[in-house]
Amino acid sequence: MTYAIIVFLPLIGFLYAGLLGDNKQPRRAELVTTALLGISCFLSWLAFFAVALSSDPQAYIVPLGNWMSAGKLSVEWSLRIDMLTGVMLVVVTTVSFLVHMYSIGYMAEDEYPPRFFAYLSLFTFAMLALVTADNLVQLFFGWEGVGLASYLLIGFWYKRPAANAAAIKAFVVNRIGDFGFALGIFLIFRLTGSVSLEAARAAAPSLVGVNIHVFGMDADALTVACLLLFMGAMGKSAQFLLHTWLPDAMEGPTPVSALIHAATMVTAGVFMVARLSFLFDLSPVALDFVLFIGATTAFFAATVGLVQNDIKRVIAYSTCSQLGYMFVAEGVGAYGAGIFHLFTHAFFKALLFLGSGSVILAMHHEQDMRRMGGLKDEIPFTFWAMMIGTLALTGVGLPFTTLGFGGYVSKDAIIEASYAAHGYIGAYAFFCVVIAAALTAFYSWRLMFMTFYGRRGDWAHALPHDAHGEAHHDDHGHGPAHESPRVMLIPLAGLAFGATFAGVFFRHWFIGGGFEGFWKQSIFLASDNKILERMEQVPWLVSLSPFLMMVVGFLIAYYMYVVNKAAPAALARANPLLYRFLLNKWYFDELYDFLFVRPAFWIGRAFWKGGDGAVIDGFGPDGISARVLDATRYAVRLQTGYVYHYAFAMLLGVAALATWYLFGGLR
Amino acid sequence: MIIGLTDYLSLAAILFTIGMAGIILNHKNIIIILMSVELILLSVNINLVAFSTFSGDLTGQVFALFILTVAAAEAAIGLAILVAYYRNRGSIAVADINALKG
Repeated sequence: MTYAIIVFLPLIGFLYAGLLGDNKQPRRAELVTTALLGISCFLSWLAFFAVALSSDPQAYIVPLGNWMSAGKLSVEWSLRIDMLTGVMLVVVTTVSFLVHMYSIGYMAEDEYPPRFFAYLSLFTFAMLALVTADNLVQLFFGWEGVGLASYLLIGFWYKRPAANAAAIKAFVVNRIGDFGFALGIFLIFRLTGSVSLEAARAAAPSLVGVNIHVFGMDADALTVACLLLFMGAMGKSAQFLLHTWLPDAMEGPTPVSALIHAATMVTAGVFMVARLSFLFDLSPVALDFVLFIGATTAFFAATVGLVQNDIKRVIAYSTCSQLGYMFVAEGVGAYGAGIFHLFTHAFFKALLFLGSGSVILAMHHEQDMRRMGGLKDEIPFTFWAMMIGTLALTGVGLPFTTLGFGGYVSKDAIIEASYAAHGYIGAYAFFCVVIAAALTAFYSWRLMFMTFYGRRGDWAHALPHDAHGEAHHDDHGHGPAHESPRVMLIPLAGLAFGATFAGVFFRHWFIGGGFEGFWKQSIFLASDNKILERMEQVPWLVSLSPFLMMVVGFLIAYYMYVVNKAAPAALARANPLLYRFLLNKWYFDELYDFLFVRPAFWIGRAFWKGGDGAVIDGFGPDGISARVLDATRYAVRLQTGYVYHYAFAMLLGVAALATWYLFGGLR
Repeated sequence: MIIGLTDYLSLAAILFTIGMAGIILNHKNIIIILMSVELILLSVNINLVAFSTFSGDLTGQVFALFILTVAAAEAAIGLAILVAYYRNRGSIAVADINALKG
C-alpha cells in the first residue's frame, strides 16, 4: 500500500495543479505538488531502507489490476519492489522533491507556474511507473510517459521557436530508440510467451543458443533482443548517435534540465539494462556493444564539453558523458557500479544544474559563460554549492581509500571495472574513460573559473563581434548579481549533502562487500561474471589513474583560465580545424540534417506538391469540385435577377410542356 | 351574330397574352407587372365563367368569385411589399430589382 501511495501521490499532484491550478494565484498548486512529493520522498526513503535491510530475496509485488488480456498475452498492472526499484525510488522522489521546491523560486516570475508544476508531477509519476514496472509493457508505459513529460517541459516556453524545435527533436529522436525498444519487447514475447519480468527471467537461461531468422540470416535470439532493447536505452539515455536531442533539450527551464535531463529520465536506459541484466548478462555480444557505445559516448561528449560556451550545454554534455560511464560499467557486467554511479550522479548533476540555474537567475537570464566572471563573492552560496558539485563530478577523494565525494567513489569503481574487463573492447573502454576523466576535470573547472573567478567581462573578447557590441548594450540592463531566494538555496544544500556523502555512505552496499545482501536478486549475474572480484585486484597505478587524470585536468584548466588567460584563444587559433570540429559537436547535427532531415523534407515536399497537390487536388475530389465550379461559372449567368427573365423562362417551360402534350402525347 | 364559347376563349387568350407580354416586355415599373398579373387572373376568370355558363354548372362561377377575392388580397399584399421595398431601396424600377443575380 505504501508503495502505491509513493507512485500515485505525484499523479494526484498533477491532476490538482493541472485541473485546479490558478495562474493568478499559483502558490496553492505549488505547495500542494511539492508537499505531495515530499510525502512521497519520505516514504521512498523508508521503503529504501526497509527493502535494503530485509532478508527476503524475492521482489515484493503489489498487484493493482489487469490491464489487458488477448490470447496468450496478459498484461497486469502491478508494482515490483526490489532493491533496484528502491534505489530508483529514492533518486527520483528526492531529486523531484528538491526540484519542485527549487522551482517555486525559479518560476516565480513565470506566467503559468501551475502548468509547470503539473508537468513536473506528471513526469515524476511516469518515472515512478517506469521504475516500479513489473512487466515490459508497463515499463514501456512509463518510458513513453516520461518522454511525453519531457516533450511538454522542454517546450514549456512554447512561444520560443527554439524551445518548440528542441521539444520536437527530443521526441522524434526518442521515437527512433523506442521503435527498437518496442521491437525488443515483441521479440521477448515471441521467445518467452510472456512480457512479465519474472517469466522472462525464468526463461532466459533456456534461450541461450536459440537462433532466429532476421534479415536473411540466422542470429542469436538473445543478442538480437538485447540489441533492440538497448536501442531504446540509447535513445532515452542520449548515447552516441542518438545523443543529439539532449543538448538542445536545455531550451527547457533549468529545473527541468536538473530533474529530467540529468538525474532521472536520461538514466532510464541505465536502469532498464540493469533491470534486464538477466538477459544482457547472457549475451556477450550485446554487452560488448553496450560497452563500446558507453565508452565512445563518455569520450565524445567530454571532448565537445571542452569548448562549449553556454553554461547549461557544458553540463548537458557532461551528463551525456557520465551516462556513457554508467553504460561502460554495465557493459563489463558491473551493474551495481553503473547504478551506483547513477545514484551519486543524480545528486551532483542535479546540484550542478540547479546551481547553474541560480547563476543564470543571478545574471538576469544570461547563459553565456563569456559574459560571466567574478561571481564568487557576489553569490557565495551558489558558488560553494557549485564547488561541491564540481568536486563530486571530477571525482575528488583520497587515493587508495574510499573516502571522497560522490563521483570519486563511483567513477573510480567504473574505471577499475573497465580495466578488469577482458578483450580489446574493454581496453578501448578503459582508455576512453580515463581520458574522459581528465576532460571532465578540465571542462568542469573551466566552467568554474570562467563563471566564478576573475572579473566580469574577462572573456568578452571571445564573443563573436556582432554579439560583442550587444553585450555592452545589455550591460545597462544588468544590475549586480544577486543571490537567489532561500527556497532555491535549500534544495542546493540538500543536494550538496547528497553529492558529498552518497558515495561514502553507500559504497559498501552498492559495490562493496554488502553487494549480495543489498541487491539480492534484483541484479542478475551469470555464474562466470566475476567482475566485482577482479575489480578489487587491479594494479595500483590503475586505481590511481582517475585521480591523476583529475589533477592533470584541473592544472591545465587552472593554467589556461586563471594564470594565462590568453592561452585558450591562442590554442583555438593554433588548431582551428580541431576547435571548429569540437565547437560544432563533431558536426553531428549537420550530418543528420544532411542524411535524414533534408531527405525527409524532400520526400515530404514531393508527396505534398506531386502527390497531394497535382494528383489528389487535380483529379481527385478537389479536382471534381473544381470542374463543377468551372461549369457553374457559366450556368450562373442565367441568374440575372430580373423578374421578367424568370417569367419568360417559365413561359417557355409551360409552352414546351404544352407542346409536348399536344404533339408528343397524341402519338 | 351569336357570341359563342370560342369568342370568350379567344378574348381570354388575348388578355392572357397581353398580361404575359406585359410581364416580360415591361422594363420600367413593377406596378405594371402587378397589373399584368391581375390581367392574367382575369383572363382565367373569363375562361371559368364561360365554361360554367356553357356547361350549365355553377361551380366555375363560384370559383371565379374565389379567384377575385384572392386577387384582391394578392394586390393588397403586393402593393404593401412594394411600399416596404421602396422604403428600403429607394426605387421600384424593374432594372434595379436584381438581388437574386448569381
